[in-house]
Amino acid sequence: MPEVVSNGAPRTFLDQVVAATPSKCHLEMCIQCGTCGGSCPSGPDMDHTPRTLFAMIRAGMPDQVLRSNTPWYCVSCYYCMVRCPQDVHITDVMYTLKRMSVKLKKYDEAIAANFSKTFIFWVENFGRSFELGLMSQHMLRHNPFGVFRIADMGVGMVTKGRISFTPKRIKGIDGLRAILAKAKEIEAEDDARILGGAE
Amino acid sequence: MTERIGVYVCHCGSNIAGMVDVAEVAKWAGEKLASRGVVVARDYKFMCSSTGQEIIQKDIKELGLTRVVVAACSPHLHEPTFRTACERAGLNPYLCEMVSIREQVSWVHTDKAAATEKSKAMIAGGVERVIYNEPLEPLRVPINPNTLVVGGGIAGIQAALEIADQGTHVYLVEREPSIGGHMAQFDKTFPTLDCSACILTPKMVQVGNHPNITLLSYSEVTNVDGYVGNFTVTVKKKARYVNTDLCNGCGLCQEKCPKKVIDTVFEAGLGYRKAIYRPFPQAVPKYPVIDRENCTFFQKGTCKACQKFCPTGAIDFNQKDEYITLQVGNCILATGYDVFDARRISQYGYGRLANVFTSLEFERLSNAAGPTGGKIVLRDGVTVPQTVGIIHCVGSRDKHYNNYCSVICCMQSLKFAHLVKERTGATVYNFYMDMRTAYKDYDEFYQRVLEEGTLFVRGRVAEVTDAARLPGEEGKLIIQVEDTFIGKQRRIPVDMVILSVGLEPRRDAKELGKLFGISCAAAGWFIERHPKLDPVATMTEGIFIAGACQGPKDIPASVAQGAAAAARVVGKIQQKEISIEPIRASIDKERCSACRICNNLCPFKAIRFVEATENEPAYSEVNPALCQGCGTCVAACPSGAIHGTAFSTQQIIAQIDGLTSLKPGGDGHGARVEAEPVPA
Amino acid sequence: MRYSVFPGCSLEKGAIGYPYWQSIEAILPHLGIELVEVDDWNCCGATEYIALNRMAAYALVARTLALAAKTDGLREMVAPCSACYLNLSKADTYLTQDSVLAEKVNRALAAGGLHYHPGSVKTRHLLDVIVNDVGYKAIAQKVTKPLTGLRIAPYYGCLIGRPAFYGQIDDPEYPVTLDKLLRVLGAEVVDYPVKAHCCGGHMTQISEATAFDLIRRLIKSAADTQADLIVTVCPMCQMNLDGFQNAMNRYFKTDYRIPVLYFTQMIGLAFGESARALGIGAEIVDARPALSRIGVEVPPVEEARPARRARRPKEALPMPVMPEEEEEVEL
Repeated sequence: MPEVVSNGAPRTFLDQVVAATPSKCHLEMCIQCGTCGGSCPSGPDMDHTPRTLFAMIRAGMPDQVLRSNTPWYCVSCYYCMVRCPQDVHITDVMYTLKRMSVKLKKYDEAIAANFSKTFIFWVENFGRSFELGLMSQHMLRHNPFGVFRIADMGVGMVTKGRISFTPKRIKGIDGLRAILAKAKEIEAEDDARILGGAE
Repeated sequence: MTERIGVYVCHCGSNIAGMVDVAEVAKWAGEKLASRGVVVARDYKFMCSSTGQEIIQKDIKELGLTRVVVAACSPHLHEPTFRTACERAGLNPYLCEMVSIREQVSWVHTDKAAATEKSKAMIAGGVERVIYNEPLEPLRVPINPNTLVVGGGIAGIQAALEIADQGTHVYLVEREPSIGGHMAQFDKTFPTLDCSACILTPKMVQVGNHPNITLLSYSEVTNVDGYVGNFTVTVKKKARYVNTDLCNGCGLCQEKCPKKVIDTVFEAGLGYRKAIYRPFPQAVPKYPVIDRENCTFFQKGTCKACQKFCPTGAIDFNQKDEYITLQVGNCILATGYDVFDARRISQYGYGRLANVFTSLEFERLSNAAGPTGGKIVLRDGVTVPQTVGIIHCVGSRDKHYNNYCSVICCMQSLKFAHLVKERTGATVYNFYMDMRTAYKDYDEFYQRVLEEGTLFVRGRVAEVTDAARLPGEEGKLIIQVEDTFIGKQRRIPVDMVILSVGLEPRRDAKELGKLFGISCAAAGWFIERHPKLDPVATMTEGIFIAGACQGPKDIPASVAQGAAAAARVVGKIQQKEISIEPIRASIDKERCSACRICNNLCPFKAIRFVEATENEPAYSEVNPALCQGCGTCVAACPSGAIHGTAFSTQQIIAQIDGLTSLKPGGDGHGARVEAEPVPA
Repeated sequence: MRYSVFPGCSLEKGAIGYPYWQSIEAILPHLGIELVEVDDWNCCGATEYIALNRMAAYALVARTLALAAKTDGLREMVAPCSACYLNLSKADTYLTQDSVLAEKVNRALAAGGLHYHPGSVKTRHLLDVIVNDVGYKAIAQKVTKPLTGLRIAPYYGCLIGRPAFYGQIDDPEYPVTLDKLLRVLGAEVVDYPVKAHCCGGHMTQISEATAFDLIRRLIKSAADTQADLIVTVCPMCQMNLDGFQNAMNRYFKTDYRIPVLYFTQMIGLAFGESARALGIGAEIVDARPALSRIGVEVPPVEEARPARRARRPKEALPMPVMPEEEEEVEL
């Protein structure tokens, strides 16, 4: 259980991370065995292996942890989580670190976070994701020459009818917007307590 | 007549006094419970000390106390202390009661005022109860000097030899055709690198020859009745189909038998045996057995080659299982362990990838009497590996499989590293989480293996795969692991992988425990009487445990426990008689309606049913020696016919009355609420 | 058998996985399954929404769950896409385990006039429903055009088997249900060692180097096992392995050409449905050469097949017996 001080705020960075992860993530149970780092398909490309990151969290190094590219290279394969002998919910912790690094404006590199932001834009305005919009916005902004590399795929997708030119909108988009707005309000309250409203 | 009760409240240093106002409680008891018979109430720092005990003894003699209540720790710890103290002062020990105000009050509450009030209530309960205590005498039963040892591995062998050497008789029951257990399968033992068979077989031979040991091999216990000092054990001697009076152990039958079978027990599935076989050449006893399921004669009616070639005519296809009954005074269970099934961890590839071996398979591989004559080779039986990876903690320290550490795997893995290096000169990697080399000469062995050039990677292996990804990986097994000391994922190509699998309780440990009336803990190992102070005794008198069946351990510890269990048994035998606690149930024949509800409820099989005769109706009866006084039958009897000495209904109701006599939310001076008189 | 269904954004008409949906519709009548689409469902959030939102991500999924709970009294919802399946089952499980989370999410749902009682709707992957509710035997009986002669690498990907929030349907490391299904359809199934490894998900948009290597590992292993075809259970996996195969080839200067189809398309073919009805033909890497082996198109000239396994030498030591060998699928 995350330890809290008398005003309800988490005591350490580790406690913050645990408090900001839904359900029980058991991060305090990590014995640093390295199964996660050994299993990770994108591990070799990360600044720090997941295990190293957890050691840094325990050592109270929020700046380095939240500036690391590790969570953004997580592919959500869940190998680490099912193999962890201490049942740490590693993938959920990675999502928490993504959120924290953006909220606290620590993560400098923009591509990964922006991809998510673009995706979210379509979902929040239409209720469904819109691939063409997502791909074109993202690639033109971050990887314009990459467009040429996948040009034949793009053409293929169009000719084979696997890509739509118009986004679809759900009927209850207003209801969805209201729900999401309320949820974000609740989250902001939680964050004020967990993250101390820090910059 | 009112009893004269002494109440003694212990401080236990600050353990009790830190949370309970002990002086106040003692004062309260002396004043408020005087009308219930309390003539003296004292408090003292450590009641269990000699001085503390002397205070009680002095009061018994000078104040003529007839009852004593000690408010202190749990009776589990010091009940014998205070009862003995009373006995030595001339008061029957069963007239002394303990009330736990440590485990049940000071250690579990944080509100001092409430804790103090609760202590008073508990003492009041103790006082009311002790009034109804009776002076009891322990039951004395004679001890049969014979001993049963179940399991012929190193622990069982050690126990049997020690008991037999001092002069009484031992029945050693072993399930396999030969004694020796897992130790007989090993090649070398750590840390000395003694050849396992070389140090084991002399003891095995001693067992086989010992005049005081009856070796019942290829046998299993099927029933246990009785109680400490007097057990009646039924043993099934499985049919060997070989007449042991005629067999001279020449082994010709084995040679001539045409049916080859994979030996999944002794050879760990890596080698073959015949349908008629001795598990290994130095087997004790030397007599082979016929495996019915795989014998051509039993399955098809033909062959009989063994019978044709046997020079002494010892083959007897008509042999039947034999049941014998033994009378013993004590039993020692030394049934050992099974290994973790590595097939459960799919990502290590055992069973799919040919060159992944378990530790037990590797022992057979490196054993000179094994399927390859001691040559360390790959599964093709020919190729010598050039790189070997040894993985620690397979199936251990893992919430998905077994949460505990299996104790021996680190040393075993180091031993394998040494053997591989010595025999093949291969490059060896050990993959570990922690290096557990705690005992005598163990860490020095680790140093030796480091000197020899084994490479250590500190990381728990994520997967073993044959899917090549990088150059140099084709045709190899790749161990993917995070080298945590450099914080990088590595893919290490090897030829052979050895999985140090964990130890698990025997698959049928629970059933065996039930036969003997002992329990298994959550992880499945037999439960000892106390994990620190009494590891070889169990909660059932007369049943002892020794070796790996109590928990994973190495050979020296198994031998020590075998010897310890033997010493306990010999100690009991020498007393010739055993005294049994008189806290037990007894059934009033007149009130018993023979409903038999109690019969199956008794966890110790202490209740027997007596059929009706022409003289009297049927009734159930408690065997006082077997009864452990648990009280289950007392509570269950619908006729109220069962009386529990020291736990009678009267005593329990009185204790409840005392507990509830204080006003709730007391202010520290709770007055006693007098019960309303029952109208006449 | 009736279930509600969550198609997911990728299976919409005009989305990357539309052929998957086409093949599902084609085989439902054969299987005796009726699927009722949850009215006005919204995106599950994939791996994106939860990267920047905590509460809102759960509320996003909970809206769909709440709507599903109102779909004709159906308690089980089918998700053909592994990522959708993961998100829906995770949200439901965490809401059930964490009452504080559930209370907050329901407060958010109330703003949209909805409420979800955790545990009301259980989401199941389509493969699970087909294999366990219809059953191998029933499927075998409907096979009219067995896929004999086709060597298939069954690719499960990650999220169908891990972390299995409702309990394991199949081994998360070395699953076998799709293997068994394809065998029942008559195909030869290769021992594909990386069948549960990750396709990379959205990594193609984050880091090409990482993403293309993940794809390369899967394609290379299929080529090494001489598979004609890879069969998937998830539109994201199909997109990565098929859509990006050429880009991956260019990046590594390799020349793999292994088509990738959906398992429902294979079922359809074995049931005698036409390639067109099953959405086959929409792949970027042409599936026709592989399918011509089973007579779907004009069959080409038979190539000599390499020997697969050398004979075991007589000194070889025995292998341990695996549990799957002990239980063969009885047809």
